[in-house]
Amino acid sequence: MSTPVTTNPAKPPLLQVTNLRKHFPVRSGMLIERTVDHVKAVDDVSFEITEGETLGLVGESGSGKSTTGYCVLQLLKPTDGSIRFEGQELTTLGREQMRRMRREMQIVFQDPYASLDPRMTVGDIVAEPLLVHSIGTKKDRRSRVRELLDVVGFDPGFTNRYPHEFSGGQRQRIGIARALALSPKLIVCDEPVSALDVSIQAQILNLLKDLQQDFGLTYLFIAHDLAVVRSMSDRIAVMNKGKLVEIGPAEELYASPREDYTKALLSAVPIPDPRAMKERKAARRKLRHALAEG
Amino acid sequence: MALLEVNNLKTHFFTREGVVRAVDGISFEVESGKTLGIVGESGCGKSVTALSIMGLIPKPPAKIVDGSVLFDGRDLTKLPEKQLEDVRGREIAMIFQDPMTSLNPTLTIGTQITETIRRHYDVPKRQARKKAVELLEEVQIPRAADRLDDYPHRFSGGMRQRVMIAIALSCDPKLLIADEPTTALDVTVQAAVLDLLDDLRQAHEMAMILITHDMGVVAESADDIAVMYGGQIVEQASVNDLFDRPEHPYTEALLGALPQIEGEGIRAGRLTAIPGRPPDLKNPPPACRFAPRCKYANANDTCTTVMPELREIHKDHWVRTAHPACERAGAQVPVQA
Repeated sequence: MSTPVTTNPAKPPLLQVTNLRKHFPVRSGMLIERTVDHVKAVDDVSFEITEGETLGLVGESGSGKSTTGYCVLQLLKPTDGSIRFEGQELTTLGREQMRRMRREMQIVFQDPYASLDPRMTVGDIVAEPLLVHSIGTKKDRRSRVRELLDVVGFDPGFTNRYPHEFSGGQRQRIGIARALALSPKLIVCDEPVSALDVSIQAQILNLLKDLQQDFGLTYLFIAHDLAVVRSMSDRIAVMNKGKLVEIGPAEELYASPREDYTKALLSAVPIPDPRAMKERKAARRKLRHALAEG
Repeated sequence: MALLEVNNLKTHFFTREGVVRAVDGISFEVESGKTLGIVGESGCGKSVTALSIMGLIPKPPAKIVDGSVLFDGRDLTKLPEKQLEDVRGREIAMIFQDPMTSLNPTLTIGTQITETIRRHYDVPKRQARKKAVELLEEVQIPRAADRLDDYPHRFSGGMRQRVMIAIALSCDPKLLIADEPTTALDVTVQAAVLDLLDDLRQAHEMAMILITHDMGVVAESADDIAVMYGGQIVEQASVNDLFDRPEHPYTEALLGALPQIEGEGIRAGRLTAIPGRPPDLKNPPPACRFAPRCKYANANDTCTTVMPELREIHKDHWVRTAHPACERAGAQVPVQA
């Protein structure tokens, strides 16, 4: 992709990622380890996100979509490229400066079972970002936690319970409350519903949409499920093998994908319509053969 | 007579915290050459159903407390373990969700395929290996002969699932039970594996039980569908019938909760979430198990006090609810074709 498209050119982008690369060394050898190769997890990826927008980042496992998300938050140091948040370059920031920057950008993780410390109470988990950034008195924090839990539809009466006492959906609500604690502008959602059942998934997706409206949040929404990404995103970027294959407005990209990879990906999605599936199955076999022959 | 007839099967888990009624009185049939899709969310009892058929439930704590599983006229629940072992693998085969853990990492692919063949047929090693190569070719593993002596870690997830399918097919079973066979796979790999299963099922004239949480997967692969909720079958119909006119409030809600891939106004719209969560099967609701989450149920309703029976609401369309779509106030009466 040469020049990324912005939906609203009048507004400067909240996040601007340019020529992002993240290479992981492959090391080999006993005793004396040497770098023998590099895995190009993210390879020259550029995109922008406007304030209040959701950019969906979709791809199969190993496509580099989560690595991209981690690089945006500087949880992984990019090998090369630039990441600008409100015009501020993040890749050159020092530790302390970046720590302050993180008030503006938070993350919701995939696995609500692994991303919450089992030894902390729900209240402490949600209060932790406030504590880290020394915000408010103990009393302020306690009332803020109750407010946050209420906002995400989690009974504030359970603040003294532990995460294991709750189901996956409830835990994801706790994770979302934690991400909201510092009133960030950008939230990276890394597969936020892929561990959840359909009926619960719908609750969480609706919640994320409501929060976006109420607080003017901007999302980088990473997921492998093409229907989930479609339902959340204004624009969608497709990744494959570290590269950004295609980016565009959601409706347009799904209705008339330009790249063969995007076509193959979309044609592979099973849809809950048995009659339409007959045609889709024939079409996807054809596409697969075409792709296999190069 | 159907190939498989499950009658009023009840599998309960006797735990310290109480009896978990994981499968609580389900009945269905699978005809030769047909695919039955069992669909439901986690904990609805769909996997325990499969394991009960195969006689693979952990005893204790689990126990089949009632019902029968008639396969080709024999009741599998009454068969001694020795005879059941002859049925398992040879007449009924099973593939599991996770191809990473269902293969033995310390044995080569070739050993794992031939051991199944030689368990059921008295053939020399060389012949079994030849058959193994044919099977790997059939599941479209490139350079099959060379890969026979590779260990599972040399294969990708999709390729491992193909190896599992090859093992399952090795004795030409009449019934294949596939428990979430593509859940761990990427969407393009899933499509390829489902297409392969489709082809193999036809070539081998196998019947299949496809267990999944994915409405899209059953829509594309199944002839008939059973929707499970809280250890029971709540709706059962042919695939077209079920998607054309879902009758059970749960089926309807589940379809409404699915994000759509095609259409307009998707981004602006909201999904129809189902409030609450699935029942605790240690202590299920006294009557209809969906009643606490059902938007049609109300307090002075019989469905909160009396368990609705599974009834045939249209021809071959069964539903367990007091509020099927066609009987609700304002419902359009569908024209019988």
